[in-house]
Amino acid sequence: MKNPYLPYPVRIEETVIETEDRNIKSFKLAFLKEEDCKAFDYTPGQFAQLSVTGKGEIPIGIASSPTEGDHLLFTVNKMGVVTTALHNLSEGSIMGVRGPLGNSYPFDKMKGKDVTIIGGGYAFTTLRSTIVYMLDGKNRADFGKITLIYGARTPGMLLYKETLEEWSKRDDISYNVTVDRDAPGWTGRVGFVPAVTEQVAPSSENAIAVICGPPIMIKFTLPVMVKLGFTPEQTITSLENRMKCGIGICGRCNVGPEYVCKDGPVFSMAQLKEMPQEY
Amino acid sequence: MEYMRLNKKNLAAFIEELKQKCEVWGPVKEGDQVKFAPVSNVSDVDLEQFKNTTMSPKEIFFPQSEIMLSFKREGEGANIYRDEQSVPSKKAIFGIRPCDARAFRILDMIFKNDQFADNYWLTKRDAVTLVGLGCKEPCSTCFCTSVNSHPFDETGLDVMVTDLGEHYLLRVLTKKGRELLAGSHVLREPSEANIEAYKTVRKNAEDAMTVQFGTDKVNGKTVLELFNEDYWQRISEPCLNCSTCSYVCPTCHCFDIQDEVFREGGQRIRNWESCMSWIFTVHATGHNPRPGKKERVRQRFMHKFKYIPMKRDGEIGCVGCGRCVTMCPVNIDVREVVKQMNS
Amino acid sequence: MNARTTKLREIAKKLLDKQKVDVVIGFKKGTIPLKNTPFFATNSEEADLLLWDGNCIGNLAAYLPKMAGKRAAIVAQGCVSRNVVGLIQEKQVDSNNIYIIGMPCTGMLDPRKIIAAVPGEITEAVEDQLYVTARGKGFEITLNRSDVLNRNCDRCTVRNPVLFDEIASEPKPELKDPVRYEKIRAIEALPPEGRAESIDELLSPCIRCYACRDACPLCYCPECFVDKSSPQWCGKSQDDRDVLSYHLIRAFHTAGRCTECGACEEVCPMGIKIRLISGKVEKDIREIFDGYEAWKDLKTPPPLTVFQRDDPQPFVKE
Repeated sequence: MKNPYLPYPVRIEETVIETEDRNIKSFKLAFLKEEDCKAFDYTPGQFAQLSVTGKGEIPIGIASSPTEGDHLLFTVNKMGVVTTALHNLSEGSIMGVRGPLGNSYPFDKMKGKDVTIIGGGYAFTTLRSTIVYMLDGKNRADFGKITLIYGARTPGMLLYKETLEEWSKRDDISYNVTVDRDAPGWTGRVGFVPAVTEQVAPSSENAIAVICGPPIMIKFTLPVMVKLGFTPEQTITSLENRMKCGIGICGRCNVGPEYVCKDGPVFSMAQLKEMPQEY
Repeated sequence: MEYMRLNKKNLAAFIEELKQKCEVWGPVKEGDQVKFAPVSNVSDVDLEQFKNTTMSPKEIFFPQSEIMLSFKREGEGANIYRDEQSVPSKKAIFGIRPCDARAFRILDMIFKNDQFADNYWLTKRDAVTLVGLGCKEPCSTCFCTSVNSHPFDETGLDVMVTDLGEHYLLRVLTKKGRELLAGSHVLREPSEANIEAYKTVRKNAEDAMTVQFGTDKVNGKTVLELFNEDYWQRISEPCLNCSTCSYVCPTCHCFDIQDEVFREGGQRIRNWESCMSWIFTVHATGHNPRPGKKERVRQRFMHKFKYIPMKRDGEIGCVGCGRCVTMCPVNIDVREVVKQMNS
Repeated sequence: MNARTTKLREIAKKLLDKQKVDVVIGFKKGTIPLKNTPFFATNSEEADLLLWDGNCIGNLAAYLPKMAGKRAAIVAQGCVSRNVVGLIQEKQVDSNNIYIIGMPCTGMLDPRKIIAAVPGEITEAVEDQLYVTARGKGFEITLNRSDVLNRNCDRCTVRNPVLFDEIASEPKPELKDPVRYEKIRAIEALPPEGRAESIDELLSPCIRCYACRDACPLCYCPECFVDKSSPQWCGKSQDDRDVLSYHLIRAFHTAGRCTECGACEEVCPMGIKIRLISGKVEKDIREIFDGYEAWKDLKTPPPLTVFQRDDPQPFVKE
């Protein structure tokens, strides 16, 4: 019987400090075993449990897209015991990955529709995965207009700067990256995500919007979405809660009857309306 | 249905027979507590006085602390987690109460969901044959008949034993049960009268238990209707937020996973944890989705009486064993709580 | 209904009706024999549910630090009143928000002793000043109240509240120099291995539910050392060293502060005599510091919280 608690061993191939405060770091991971790599069959929106021996596990959204090859990318904010230990690991270190876990963004529903991706701050990891996936040559034709609205406090707090640079040059994505306040050398948009969303005004007709970000951003963006005509069914988000098992058993991450780890983390606003706000 | 009869005088011989096939566990007194343990001497087991074990028997399959994985820090294979599952020995557990056996069936559904199977639970479960003991005289704190069960509920059991005074009547319920009893020299064919006596004992026990509350209205209400009720504040007021209710409960199954380090390596261990603890849900940021005792007490009752039934075809996440009723240090009585939920 | 209950209800109604307090913290009848439940009465109708008898276990002072600015009256016998004094001294509660309804006490019953003395399940138990009668299917047994008291109550020397705004009865006579610490002395007399073995045996049933901590009015830390993850002071498994660490460290945290209220033992679902550990610390403090007993007045601080220039132990100054 396969043990769902046993992490796959992986090697840290590369680390990148993403932000100017040096608190957010990306880890590019390679599986030690070919069969583990094959077994790790994921879809954007899913997450994995990252293990550091002696410290424990931490659930992190998968930032890479399955279209990018065999490597996995995770972007980790230094916050607690495990994430701090993870930040201290050097390239070449061995660690563990358990997953993929959770549901994913609803690509079956997104197919044939316009997709608006709205992200804020550090909650951009699985949104990166989603955009890379949709822009991939094999998939791009499946989706209509793709609109990106992504904001951070400062230019130095934006994640994935090289990837953003590439996207900005493409003509098959509406690229709207913004910072809260004007900054030296910044030539892009300035303003908070809700305001920028209102300016960009993506159409809600035959469309899906995916929104991830800090609670305050979500709180002020949702009314804008309603104004733009997005129904709760068309508006998708991803939740976070404390987790341990990641497979719907250990009991702590539930929001009402739903386990964020197994039934989520992706929920529509229509689903969330029926659920207690315990997240 | 197959029936067999065991004269009480032959209980010791019967246990010895079973021991030839597998380990035999029964309710054994240890200090103030009664717990399931290997029966070395049949005189350790007093089935006449036995009501139920102090702690629920879930610990047989789901120990309070369990090593899941191990790792070493140096050398070949360093920092790679290894599976630490051992092959469990075959056991027959004698004297399990119907409520607790039913709880195992509920936990089977929890530990094996539509996507994942917890092999630590499953392998130990598979190795066990459950010989139940029907409840001739349920306690006043028992309420199995209020949660879709009854004192002779056979759910989850392989054999059901009924005390008929001079004899035990054994009802064989599964293939596993049949295999356990096969070849016994002390079991006899019961008489028609024995079987009639069993039916009477069973009926009397069931009649003696009044249904204390219903759950129909709980089922009819939405999650948010129940969640937003005012009574949670009052119900939770006396709560100490200790974990007694969760730890004595046969269906509470929440756990924590921790890495522990020793000089040369370490282990990944799972430990029981309770939704009564603030630490259970706190985020690394310090935000806690269930910050106070109202939220935590509500979670425990909602989980058992609303969330589990919603997700498991109406199965209630409580079997009515009454342990939390007797053990809660501040007398938060689940029966009173569900009466309010169902009002 | 006993006289103290009548008086208690009268006081509680008056306080609530005149809006002198927002809540009266006391007990009401529980759903099973020998167990009452802490109750928070907020109006005079609810005040009629309050009661006082031998089943008021636990320590109500433990609820005070979380009353969040509410004006609370608390029913307090000797031990609880001392813990209220302690919470005031340690600045965990604002004395202006607390109204103490003093309750002279004759000790709480130990349900385990009563259960052990009868042949079946108890379905009803009644008590008067001297006796407890337990009834069940086929039996009715009357026991001396003094034989079935909690192990701390039967030797309590502070039955009457040390601080109160109003009192619910005449003071009860206090015990003079009762025999105490017999079991602790017996463990002290053992060789080191024997002492270790006694403690291990004592703690072996522990399930780490932390009811002892959660019922204790001294344990108001927002984050207990056992819950801390960074650094992690104590392992979380059932390893006997971790269980021992929890109990020993908690006992040391009670040094000079424990009022011997016995709540830790009363709430323990496994019946562990936890005060064999915390009582050892309490005994040492009493012996080392001239018979000191925690929090009998608002002025005297616990000895381990004060610094004296003539302290005989040099490490204090180093």
